[in-house]
Amino acid sequence: MKRFLTLIALIITAAAPLRAANEIQVVTSPGGITAWLVEEQSIPMVSMQFYFKGGGSLDPADKQGATNLMMGLLEEGATGITATEFAERSDELGARFSFDAGRDSTSVTASMLTANLDQSIALLRLALIEPTFDQVAFDRVQGQVFSILRSDATDPSAIASDRFQELAYPGHPYARNPDGTLETVAALTPDDMRVAFARALTKDRLIIGVVGAISAQELAPLLDDLLGDLPDTSVGEVPDTQVALSGGVEVIPFDTPQSVALFGHAGLSRDDPDYLTAYVLNHIMGGRATTARLTVEVRKKRGLTYGISTFLLPFQHAAVYMGHLNSGNDTMAEAIEIIQAEWAKMAEHGVTQQELDQAKRYLTGAYALRFSGNAAIAGILTGLQVADLGVDYISTRNDLVNAVTLDDINRVAARLYQPENLQFVVVGQPVGLVE
Amino acid sequence: MKRLFGWIIFAVLALPAAAQQVPVSSYMLDNGMQVVVIEDHRAPVVTHMVWYKIGAADEEPGKSGLAHFLEHLMFKGTAAVPDATFSAIIEENGGDDNAFTTQDYTAYYQRIAVDRLPLMMEMEADRMRGLILDDAAMLTERDVVLEERALRTESDPGSLFSEQRSAALYLNHPYGIPTIGWRHEVEALTLQDALDFYHLYYAPNNAILVVAGDVQPEQVLALAQQYYGPVAPSEGITKRVRPQEPPQTAERRMVYHDERVATPYMIRAYLAPNRQSGDQAQAAALILLADVLGGGGITSLLGSRLQLDEDIALASGAFYGGLSYDPTSFGVYVVPKPGVTLEQAEARLDATLDYLLQNGVDPERLARSKAALLADEIYAMDDQMGLARRYGAALVSGLTVEDVQDWPAALQAVTEADITAAAQALFDERSSVTGYLMGAKEAAE
Repeated sequence: MKRFLTLIALIITAAAPLRAANEIQVVTSPGGITAWLVEEQSIPMVSMQFYFKGGGSLDPADKQGATNLMMGLLEEGATGITATEFAERSDELGARFSFDAGRDSTSVTASMLTANLDQSIALLRLALIEPTFDQVAFDRVQGQVFSILRSDATDPSAIASDRFQELAYPGHPYARNPDGTLETVAALTPDDMRVAFARALTKDRLIIGVVGAISAQELAPLLDDLLGDLPDTSVGEVPDTQVALSGGVEVIPFDTPQSVALFGHAGLSRDDPDYLTAYVLNHIMGGRATTARLTVEVRKKRGLTYGISTFLLPFQHAAVYMGHLNSGNDTMAEAIEIIQAEWAKMAEHGVTQQELDQAKRYLTGAYALRFSGNAAIAGILTGLQVADLGVDYISTRNDLVNAVTLDDINRVAARLYQPENLQFVVVGQPVGLVE
Repeated sequence: MKRLFGWIIFAVLALPAAAQQVPVSSYMLDNGMQVVVIEDHRAPVVTHMVWYKIGAADEEPGKSGLAHFLEHLMFKGTAAVPDATFSAIIEENGGDDNAFTTQDYTAYYQRIAVDRLPLMMEMEADRMRGLILDDAAMLTERDVVLEERALRTESDPGSLFSEQRSAALYLNHPYGIPTIGWRHEVEALTLQDALDFYHLYYAPNNAILVVAGDVQPEQVLALAQQYYGPVAPSEGITKRVRPQEPPQTAERRMVYHDERVATPYMIRAYLAPNRQSGDQAQAAALILLADVLGGGGITSLLGSRLQLDEDIALASGAFYGGLSYDPTSFGVYVVPKPGVTLEQAEARLDATLDYLLQNGVDPERLARSKAALLADEIYAMDDQMGLARRYGAALVSGLTVEDVQDWPAALQAVTEADITAAAQALFDERSSVTGYLMGAKEAAE
């Protein structure tokens, strides 16, 4: 109907301006620790993210899972304070901390009330600088990790993920689950925690994003109070590698009414000049929009799945391009055929001008929605630094998206999409799938 | 080492009261649609939500899953926005949209640049009365919903077990029927079922508009009058009255075996009151009971006893939401360590409940719970969508804007005696279901 169409035609221009874009301050403490800060005074809180490059991939093969367990223990007791006291003190201060380990990084996030900021920082400092890794807490958290690993062993998604990683990265730390295995975690000791701790949390690995009711002048000395006693450096490098996927369908039988599939092949690293163009392409193929090709073909037209998506995973040492879907055991084979056909079609023909324009309108408009709160923005600030994107990236990013041309994107489509290398791992009892 | 932590028992939250309330305005349109505006001027974006006071618990017997199925079908098109292009238009405008269904409500939302708010209202008002459906779209979407059920419920033994426990907890109330629907009933839903439900219940006098973001209340009201004002009310809307529970006189126990279960646990639910408009004290006491008893991991009574002192549990907890149209449930669970049986875990859980009933709650623990809840109020202001959901979900559950604003104070007013009294009323095994989730039967014996 006309009324709607006029309205739409009027508004395809400007996306919302982002205050954060113009207001990132690069703060360096007297002790030389740098953080990116967005000052946001309207709520009496501060969110911080501390990102340490490295992560579970630094674990030696026989200590697989050490970094993950170590991060789980940081809030479980430090010099002069038990695990219970740490949790009680957090509640009293209204502070929220979380500690995570991934393949490429470990990270700590903190949300703190301005009124209690100094005390909250003093508490967090104990976890980051003086954890004790005592045997009782170690045994308890180790038991929780065992429980997760046992559950993963009967979880189709976890089974698929482990197998996909093995196929993609043979012989590389990425092939291993950063949570470890029942065997490697059982062999860990509190001393291993101390080794992993000394390796993971160092100043040379550290990237910081801060958002909230705090000025640069207030933040700078806090950074030294909190992190000044971290070691400067640690030894530990993960080698670069290549994604080894070369096509095919592997089925892992598992008694479940619905199969899970992961699929993918080599992707593009974040510093690849074509990365952003590939990002636009992925949006058209399998991004979150309801107009994504795979969503239209597999879900909307045929009802074969509740959700299908693809994503670029630019790991530090070998980027992968990956997708995921769940589908009934009797429909998975059909869904896979469609995905394979769409992959081949994209590699050969690329996208249309209309698809490109549509993608640009969504991606440029929705960029503002990511900045949905202090904690979210703190995460974005560290992400920009990890990707080495520069302090002005937020204000130029939509221009970069808009600058993608049809020739460009179709050149990258031929590069990114490799139908002959598209490997599927299916866990379930799919009917009619031939390897 | 200097003792840093002995000297402060209760942190002082020196927060100005004004900082803890976001500006909220409420209006009523002539056609019976309530309009709520929450101001958040930090960024030029808006969350636009329409909440219908209709959920799974309002379905006819035999039509389970209909409210949720209709939610999916609402994206299929109208005369003005045909061919399932609703979300595509939102995306063209750089917005995200989705919807969700519970026992008590169905809600639709968009997050988008604030200058697109008129378009959102125009489109949402259009599909409030103008939905067009055909069998082809209906049949494909029914398959999608069945895939969703397979994903969320059938692929997860914990979810399958939860469905069975709810069915046992509610002897008569439709909360015992899963929101997504029983598979055999979803498979039989028809186009006419969806259209009948839609025409009866989707109308301004059964809906609440919640707009949160960089907007002025009067401006939102004027837009709402322009776009939603002309939509005709439904004459079939009556006060929701669902079948209520009879006196429950027999404790229920159930065991679910599934070979996919690697970590067995025991879990118990008690029937519990919900938040009542103008009287939220009992629900507030239950929120704090849940936190003191089983929130916050090892600092809770269950955590400190079962995970630390007795060292028999990997995890434990208590949970209660309180927000529902009809009486709800309060849950407790224990995940025992390997080598500890579910019977042993249950015995230690019961001993902990007895301890609490005998000794009341630790005043210091209660004070810490309240401090954390106060902090939650600050953090809630950082979440525009969360604030919109908080108001929307309360209003469709029979509460008022004032109830929502009074809630933090109701929580702070809870005393140790209130919690003991709430616990005494709650922990009655006759109105409870105790469940054991276990691995394959052979393996378990």
